[in-house]
Amino acid sequence: MTTRTLAIVSAGLSQPSATRLLADQLAAATRDELAGRGETVDLRHVVLREHAHEVTNNLITGFPAESLRAVLDTVTGADGLIAVTPIFNASYNGLFKSFFDLIEADALTDRPVLIAATGGTARHSLALEHAVRPLFAYLHAVVVPTSVFAAPEDWASGEADAGLRSRIDRAAAELAEQVHRRPVSTGPADPFALTTNFEELLGRREP
Amino acid sequence: MQFGIFSVGDVTVDPTNGRAPTERERIKAMVAIALKAEEVGLDVFATGEHHNPPFVPSSPTTMLGYIAARTERLLLSTATTLITTNDPVKIAEDYAMLQHLADGRVDLMMGRGNTGPVYPWFGKDIRAGIPLAVENYDLLHRLWREDVVDWKGRFRTPLQSFTSTPRPLDGVPPFVWHGSIRSPEIAEQAAYYGDGFFHNHIFWPKEHTQRMVNLYRQRFEHYGHGSADQAIVGLGGQVFMRKNSQDAVREFRPYFDNAPVYGHGPSLEEFTTETPLTVGSPQQVIDRTLTFRDYVGDYQRQLFLMDHAGLPLKTVLEQLDLLGEEVVPVLRKEFDSMRPAHVPAAPTHASLVAAAGGAKDSTVHAVDDVTGKAPEVNR
Repeated sequence: MTTRTLAIVSAGLSQPSATRLLADQLAAATRDELAGRGETVDLRHVVLREHAHEVTNNLITGFPAESLRAVLDTVTGADGLIAVTPIFNASYNGLFKSFFDLIEADALTDRPVLIAATGGTARHSLALEHAVRPLFAYLHAVVVPTSVFAAPEDWASGEADAGLRSRIDRAAAELAEQVHRRPVSTGPADPFALTTNFEELLGRREP
Repeated sequence: MQFGIFSVGDVTVDPTNGRAPTERERIKAMVAIALKAEEVGLDVFATGEHHNPPFVPSSPTTMLGYIAARTERLLLSTATTLITTNDPVKIAEDYAMLQHLADGRVDLMMGRGNTGPVYPWFGKDIRAGIPLAVENYDLLHRLWREDVVDWKGRFRTPLQSFTSTPRPLDGVPPFVWHGSIRSPEIAEQAAYYGDGFFHNHIFWPKEHTQRMVNLYRQRFEHYGHGSADQAIVGLGGQVFMRKNSQDAVREFRPYFDNAPVYGHGPSLEEFTTETPLTVGSPQQVIDRTLTFRDYVGDYQRQLFLMDHAGLPLKTVLEQLDLLGEEVVPVLRKEFDSMRPAHVPAAPTHASLVAAAGGAKDSTVHAVDDVTGKAPEVNR
């Protein structure tokens, strides 16, 4: 039995947050799917609201404060990622984008990702396909085919209704399958590792 | 151990009165700061090199040559010399000339420059930053050591039978440092040649510095220049001091809050925790600076950034008085007492000449291409 790490990033700004609620349900469903494949799961929640100042500081100074460094390492070192944002003005919210702007260009390459969003009306749902999916495609992540959008009517019964429930389960199964197929993550890459030597650097010159 | 200051040469509005110095005022202020550095007993003055506003030092050897003529002991250096966008041939010539005029009181620090638009102004591309630094420096290294160079590379026109003049003073090229914040390739480059490695150590957490210096030390040993603890390491640092630490914090805060690099971001308190910035009494600066050795080992050069973010000249000169009178004498004594005998001091022209077995005139006497005659040479 192997242990997998799932990072769950949620960018909701209100408390309590529908975005966080959706993130929790996706995380639980993915954990159950992985358990069915014989894997235990370590869930690591990242609530971006708690790091909003540090994210802004990092944008300005170019380095993360120590606590934000740990959060970034959690996200880039996980076996799978669940990323959930509220939709503001037809796209992810600014905090969500700012956070992912701090991720190195190759740090999520081939990483299984489940994208999800909440919004005030179902008319926002395609923002997942037009905005969130291209962001992770750019980062060379493997975004599972089912994205999950939850509108107010989905929460009508107080918890996910049948339609949302089935989308959560389908997306969780897709993410679990992608994670299960891959070797266990070796953690975040070391940006200071020397991957060459000087003879090689010199030799790269054309004659 | 060497102590000194390094200047970016920015023209920045003083946030307390809304006034920016003119270019002339800023250039003259840099000179005044350099002269003050010698007066208060510091060892090194290093200037930045920039080719875009709001910076003035586009022509470092002009400034350093002028300062050389007005000082006796001060070692003149750069922070940094752009090894990417400058022609290595011109660097070889300019700094050898400066070396002669300053009687050897010259070394320099190579850096790449991180402003994308500057590169194409000089026919280069920032995406080739590392290959440019590697190829250009390799040529510069040869131009100072070989009288006649045949060379072909990727980034400049080939050289046939080229002699860079003047030849280095006493046959010994200026010592070179390589500065980089987070590119392991540059630590590797410094280690390969047995040159010095300098970490800016200002705007980033100490862990960056520690990782880069450790890598450089390991590779220095790997390439056979000595043991890891004998590698030549320099650090930057940033301080603001008043007798009472509360006064220092109060006076520096508006400059911090509006500073070009980190202003409008983290608080002064956050930044002093996360980076080596120290704002407080001279004793606090001494205590903090002594901790640098804990994570980089015994090192050879400490430069402080003192004149930036719009601080007025008068304030900077007061800071240098405090640095020279109260801080550096203590640091010098403490660091020197802790340094083991087998760890070398920072190279100087005198130590490099001694290591080379003495001074030798390295003038190249060419055959005159009109008369076909060689001059009489007394050798």
